[in-house]
Amino acid sequence: MPKDHGIGASPKRREDVRFLTGAGNYTDDINVHGQAYVHFLRSDVAHGTIKAIDTSAAESMPGVVKIFTGADFEGVGGLPCGWQVTDKHGEPMKEPAHPVLCQGKVRHVGDPIAAVVADSLEEARTAAEAIDVDIEELPAVVDMGAALESGATKVHDDLDDNLCYDWQFGTDTETTDAAFAKAAHVTTLELVNNRLVANPMEPRVAVGDYSRANDEHTLYTTSQNPHVIRLLMGAFVLGIPEHKLRVVAPDVGGGFGTKIFHYAEEAFCTFAAKACNRPVKWTSTRSEAFMSDAHGRDHVTKIELALDADNNFIGVRTDTKANMGAYLSTFSSSVPTWLHGTLMAGNYKTPAVQVNVKAVFTNTVPVDAYRGAGRPEATFQLERVIDKAARELGVDPIALRRQNFITQFPYATPVAVEYDTGDYEATMAKMEELMDIPGFAARRAESEKNGMLRGLGVNCFIEACGIAPSNLVGQLGARAGLYDAATVRVNATGSISVMVGAHSHGQGHETVFPQVVAEMLGIDESMIDIVHGDTSKIPFGMGTYGSRSLAVCGSAMVRATEKIINKAKKIAGHLLEASDSDIELKDGQFTVAGTDKSVAWGDVTLAAYVPHNYPLEDIEPGLEETAFYDPANFTYPAGAYACEVEVDPDTGKVTIEKFVSADDFGNVVNPMIVEGQVHGGIAQGIGQALLENCAYDENGQLLSASYMDYAMPRADDLPHMADYVVDHSCQTPCTHNPLGVKGCGEAGAIGSPPTVVNAVIDALHSGGHTHVSHIDMPVTPSRVWAAINGQ
Amino acid sequence: MYSFDIQRPSTVADAVAALATDEAQPLGGGQTLIPTLKQRLAAPSVLVSLSGIAEMKGICTGDDGSLCIGGGTTHATVAAEAGAYLGLASLAGNIGDPAVRNRGTIGGSLANNDPSACYPAAALASGATIVTNSREIAADDYFQGMFATALEEGEIVTEVRFPVPEKSAYMKFEQPASRFALVGVFVAKYADGVRVAVTGASEEGVFRWSEAEAALSSNFSADALEGLSVSGDGMISDLHGSGAYRAHLVGVMTKRAVVAAR
Ligand SMILES: Cc1cc2nc3c(=O)[nH]c(=O)nc-3n(C[C@H](O)[C@H](O)[C@H](O)COP(=O)(O)OP(=O)(O)OC[C@H]3O[C@@H](n4cnc5c(N)ncnc54)[C@H](O)[C@@H]3O)c2cc1C
Repeated sequence: MPKDHGIGASPKRREDVRFLTGAGNYTDDINVHGQAYVHFLRSDVAHGTIKAIDTSAAESMPGVVKIFTGADFEGVGGLPCGWQVTDKHGEPMKEPAHPVLCQGKVRHVGDPIAAVVADSLEEARTAAEAIDVDIEELPAVVDMGAALESGATKVHDDLDDNLCYDWQFGTDTETTDAAFAKAAHVTTLELVNNRLVANPMEPRVAVGDYSRANDEHTLYTTSQNPHVIRLLMGAFVLGIPEHKLRVVAPDVGGGFGTKIFHYAEEAFCTFAAKACNRPVKWTSTRSEAFMSDAHGRDHVTKIELALDADNNFIGVRTDTKANMGAYLSTFSSSVPTWLHGTLMAGNYKTPAVQVNVKAVFTNTVPVDAYRGAGRPEATFQLERVIDKAARELGVDPIALRRQNFITQFPYATPVAVEYDTGDYEATMAKMEELMDIPGFAARRAESEKNGMLRGLGVNCFIEACGIAPSNLVGQLGARAGLYDAATVRVNATGSISVMVGAHSHGQGHETVFPQVVAEMLGIDESMIDIVHGDTSKIPFGMGTYGSRSLAVCGSAMVRATEKIINKAKKIAGHLLEASDSDIELKDGQFTVAGTDKSVAWGDVTLAAYVPHNYPLEDIEPGLEETAFYDPANFTYPAGAYACEVEVDPDTGKVTIEKFVSADDFGNVVNPMIVEGQVHGGIAQGIGQALLENCAYDENGQLLSASYMDYAMPRADDLPHMADYVVDHSCQTPCTHNPLGVKGCGEAGAIGSPPTVVNAVIDALHSGGHTHVSHIDMPVTPSRVWAAINGQ
Repeated sequence: MYSFDIQRPSTVADAVAALATDEAQPLGGGQTLIPTLKQRLAAPSVLVSLSGIAEMKGICTGDDGSLCIGGGTTHATVAAEAGAYLGLASLAGNIGDPAVRNRGTIGGSLANNDPSACYPAAALASGATIVTNSREIAADDYFQGMFATALEEGEIVTEVRFPVPEKSAYMKFEQPASRFALVGVFVAKYADGVRVAVTGASEEGVFRWSEAEAALSSNFSADALEGLSVSGDGMISDLHGSGAYRAHLVGVMTKRAVVAAR
């Protein structure tokens, strides 16, 4: 019997009541009395020198409150990067300035040149058209290869070149070369991990407010991590002490990483609210989002896999160019390095793994973490090259993977991380069963009867989630801790508010977190609410990304709840005239072990706040506890995915007929929510694999600047639910966090892209198109057709 | 959006009068025009809404048996009520999404003549007559390249007359993002011959593929198209496909339309 409450149950998402009935409170729903509106005048050229900005005509236009340019921000800090990468020569990465408004130069289409604050948005927009900007256009740096050539135009004049860092990691060169030298077979693959636009349903919004009465700033913003924004913006950009700055991230309509970062518009609205002595609001249009939200991925890689005569993997070597865009976004530098290189061992016991990454500045929108962040890029390379090797060697791709699996845990990889636990054989076997691999030949024959090619693609992946131990990430260059925090506030009559550092922007924390506390206390979930997203209400937590909320913040909540239980037992012991060590808590009742003497949860909580009969000499009144939790390691969710595609050889169109995921997330608190996360993640991965393509032309103009050209996955691009199977029954609990959970938010987006591409290549080979060894994503009909026809 | 005045005439005559003012523009379903205004890419001072003009709405059969569709008729209405011309009804039912189909009009689509739009293929393949407030224009004379038509300033498409073919089908290969036609082919078989019109492909906008028409007129089967192809020169080449790919799709979609024709 599935449980109907607590851990393991699937109660419906309580937050959906407000989301689905239009009662959510998103940032754009927040309107502060007297607010003005800002419109950003953005660069329409990719690269140029600002010769002059004349705002005089615009200033006298109707409704204009004030016009800001880069000059107004000269004394203000730039947007900081939160992670310092050290290159292979021991030198720190290059960190060019990132002003709030452009100073001297524009560096990508969408770079904000000026900001008009006006009584209405339309007046602000009209006035912006009257600003005269004289820009001398410079050649745009778009292609990463060209950007690294000597003599290339520089994105940042004060740097030597366009190289941010040249990073090397893992096995040393001598050992790696030796592995390749003795290889019986080496498979090489060059590939692109396509640039993506995150496209959360809700575009970004910021409302700045300032109170002269007490010199307090408030920023309402669409953020995944309000405390991180408070720290970065307060300390590094505007110099506002934390006690004078409140950051509120109310309901947020999806983030997928792109709402982690601290953006210019947030700093602007906070700054301008004080400068204008009026609340200032900015709501991004979808068009602005395309050119100002940090993009994702954009790696170009050459990967080599060395195998011995028995097909054992003996070496992996990669050479990647990673696009940083024009400036370093908040966590951009960590994505191609620590979130990517550390995963290059995958699920395999390859003894030598060396990762090389050059991060490159270009005249494009900054690139940063997007669902999976670095781990999809790692998985894609590795699983594509393994598939290619299997084909070259004429061996079964499943058997080749299986043969090379890591089977002993803990396992220290050659790329710094130590996997605590896992069972890759179990997820592989589960995937095979759910996919009905033996039935594939018949299904292929059926497709061929209809003139279609059918392919089967498989893939394994591992991710490092629950990001993560502060001391480790500190050594790796993070400029922040990565713990999390929770305060459990038990009210007098027994209801509970849990203030958490994690932020829910679609994940369902408001449903899941109470399940855990309810299970621990044996009380009803409806007595527990989660409070998140407001720095004036919650403890200093680090927010939500990297599949960390339950693993890290949930663990903090468990620790705080344990403290509550310990204290409550002391109170119960006093009320029951027994030793607290004899008190048991079950189903919301405190009982003296072995007796029928008990008090209810509500009696104890009331006693804590009405301490008439209370051990005041031993413990304080009240029942509220905070815990900060810093995990001992990352968590390592892993899985095996498969899909079947049909390719129409006449048009090149790919249809996904069936998709199966077999994930190991450790323990699962709410199976329904986990399945939803995986369904959504796979949909995004299918989007990357088949549809999404953020493309620039050679002048740095964004070609896919709207939904007319940027293809998001839609329901009919995905398999029918009956053929869209997500399984999480293989469970090796995380060994180091109290819940044994690993995180499930990114898995689908990590595991699915190579699965799809492997399936397409398999289909083409079955149709005799054996010259096609790879097609870059998105695998669009035109690209498939071109590959088939050797174009 | 810049501010503008709006007028809501209830007759074609009033609409024509309202459009005589400088910088006035007709507003059909707004599915193309409103996004353009929102992006401030157009600045009409007056919008003359055609959606209150009853005489421009609905579908009827003309004396010669042709299907007469009012210029203000929505895609949804054509999809639901043009059953006498199946190829046309199914084309209308696959434009955009329900919101677009419930607002967008045939007159607006033909006036706009987007090179990837669906209706121009139907009108050209049917040898339709575009009726305006002042004249009748044969489809062969009406389409004049991307976004260009024979319409004069202030001229309104009031009706479109479609001769009903014996058999027809529209095959649309969707551009993955917009789901407009990357290539769309409309095949219509009449007693006196077959007409084939292609949208989405050419830099010159919708066009007739005369070789295919000739081949199909003598033998209305996919086999008749074997060996025929259009050149990739002058075909649209963009993020979603090269000219050569589009040219190839013209052949594939034409064959499929012939097979599907009913
Ligand atoms: C999301 C989306 C998807 C779409 N997908 C498709 C698709 O797959 N295939 C497709 O073909 N189209 C598609 N369209 C376009 C849609 O069919 C539009 O409705 C159509 O192109 C314009 O018609 P309208 O009535 O909305 O015209 P409007 O937007 O109101 O006007 C368009 C232009 O025509 C003029 N105009 C309007 N009516 C008349 C008239 N009666 N006489 C003279 N001039 C007139 C206007 O002044 C304007 O210049 C899509 C649109 C959207 C928003």
